[in-house]
Amino acid sequence: MAATEQDILAGLGKIINEITGIPATEVTPEKNFVDDLDIDSLSMVEIAVAAQDEFGVEIPDDQLKHLKTVKDVISFIQN
Amino acid sequence: MSTDRVRVVVTGLGATTPLGGDVDSTWSALLAGRSGIAPLTEDWVDSVPVKFAGRVAVEPGEVLPRPEARRLDRAEQFGLIAARQAWKDAGSPKVASDRLGVVVGSGIGGITTILDAYDTFKEKGWQRLSPFTVPMLMPNGSAGWIGIDIGATAGVHATVSACATGAESIGYAIEMIRTGRADVVVAGGTEAAIHPLNIGSFAAMRAMSTRNDEPLRASRPWDRERDGFVLGEGAGIIVLESEEHALARGARVYAEAAGVGYSADAHHIAQPDPTGTGIMSATRKLLENARLTGQDIKHVNAHATSTPAGDVVEAQAIAEIIGDHPAVTATKSMTGHLLGGAGGIESIFTILALRDRIVPPTVNVDDLDDGVEVDIVRGEPRKLPGGQIAAINNSFGFGGHNVAVAFVSV
Repeated sequence: MAATEQDILAGLGKIINEITGIPATEVTPEKNFVDDLDIDSLSMVEIAVAAQDEFGVEIPDDQLKHLKTVKDVISFIQN
Repeated sequence: MSTDRVRVVVTGLGATTPLGGDVDSTWSALLAGRSGIAPLTEDWVDSVPVKFAGRVAVEPGEVLPRPEARRLDRAEQFGLIAARQAWKDAGSPKVASDRLGVVVGSGIGGITTILDAYDTFKEKGWQRLSPFTVPMLMPNGSAGWIGIDIGATAGVHATVSACATGAESIGYAIEMIRTGRADVVVAGGTEAAIHPLNIGSFAAMRAMSTRNDEPLRASRPWDRERDGFVLGEGAGIIVLESEEHALARGARVYAEAAGVGYSADAHHIAQPDPTGTGIMSATRKLLENARLTGQDIKHVNAHATSTPAGDVVEAQAIAEIIGDHPAVTATKSMTGHLLGGAGGIESIFTILALRDRIVPPTVNVDDLDDGVEVDIVRGEPRKLPGGQIAAINNSFGFGGHNVAVAFVSV
């Protein structure tokens, strides 16, 4: 059964909190990783690898660079 | 005191050591003659012949937020903790970033990161390596992180000279300020090398004490029964500042950082020159650089690591160049040997000895070895005289590096 948007958001919030210290409640769909959450490219790689473990969906590097917002990642994992 | 060149003063101190999570707790423990050495409890201890070390008293994970700690090597964690303490202790100076520098090094660098990352690489592949692996393993990583933390853009440097690293960093910082490159420099050393590979490798050199039945008695500089050094970990970092800058902002001044002397043995990659020529040369250059005489020096925090080869040569060099009058101590008898961190914490101890006019004892010297004809402080701390006095910190490293740094009371 595919994870719901809420499940993925909660999982991402937990991962991002673990890696960056940003409170999970601040991780909302419209947030831009660079502009809003101040997450650098090295941390994005960590987040992508952790998300792969959590959701079983690989995010290739050429896709990762197009995922600008939390919503982008949720959509990528769902599809 | 001369006025024809920039005077450099010390305005902040920071440390995390086997004796305490900060400078005050470490200094109190030293004066009480307490040892920071303890048996190792890791599951790998059976694989190495040395089963004790000086772990830091306060784990860095208790101080740093987890997201920050996970992207730092353990040596970088110590370095950042000590630097933040020193910076705060100095009153977080307002200084233009292009007048602010950092000189912090490590003897070995991020070796636990390298080894852990290699395990990950072999077991799970490159994709599972942390993207922070390189900044964690590089020996200039601590300097880089500290520079970012305080916004230092005048220059961020990392000296690497094994166990002389911390002292060399402080010497380099003095020169940065004297030559006008910076007004304020954060400098010192850090090390996190308690890993079975390091212990095995040092043991392969027969450099470490194997006094497993008496870990607290194992580090015993100048004692006839010494059998090698005891590994410690941690960091010692200080804030140096031009006197003009410090006075202008009304900073509290611990001591003048009066000068540095360097030399190299060019003798053997890991054994001291038995003639002490290199140590004597560094000491002579120090006196000249600091514009001091041997008579001015009332205290020496010796390098003395508790190895059979090094301790007596150093004592003889002190007697030859400075004289037999200074109160000489080896605080490694209590902290263990912090390698690249040693010169950092021991400079701090030298500065505090001047401030408080007291020298911590060397513990475990039951039977002074032949040829040690200097005044070793044993048993109880020793009071230093009043008035303006000077003290020096010696640090020597594999590779033949000899560094001596002088401080003068204020």
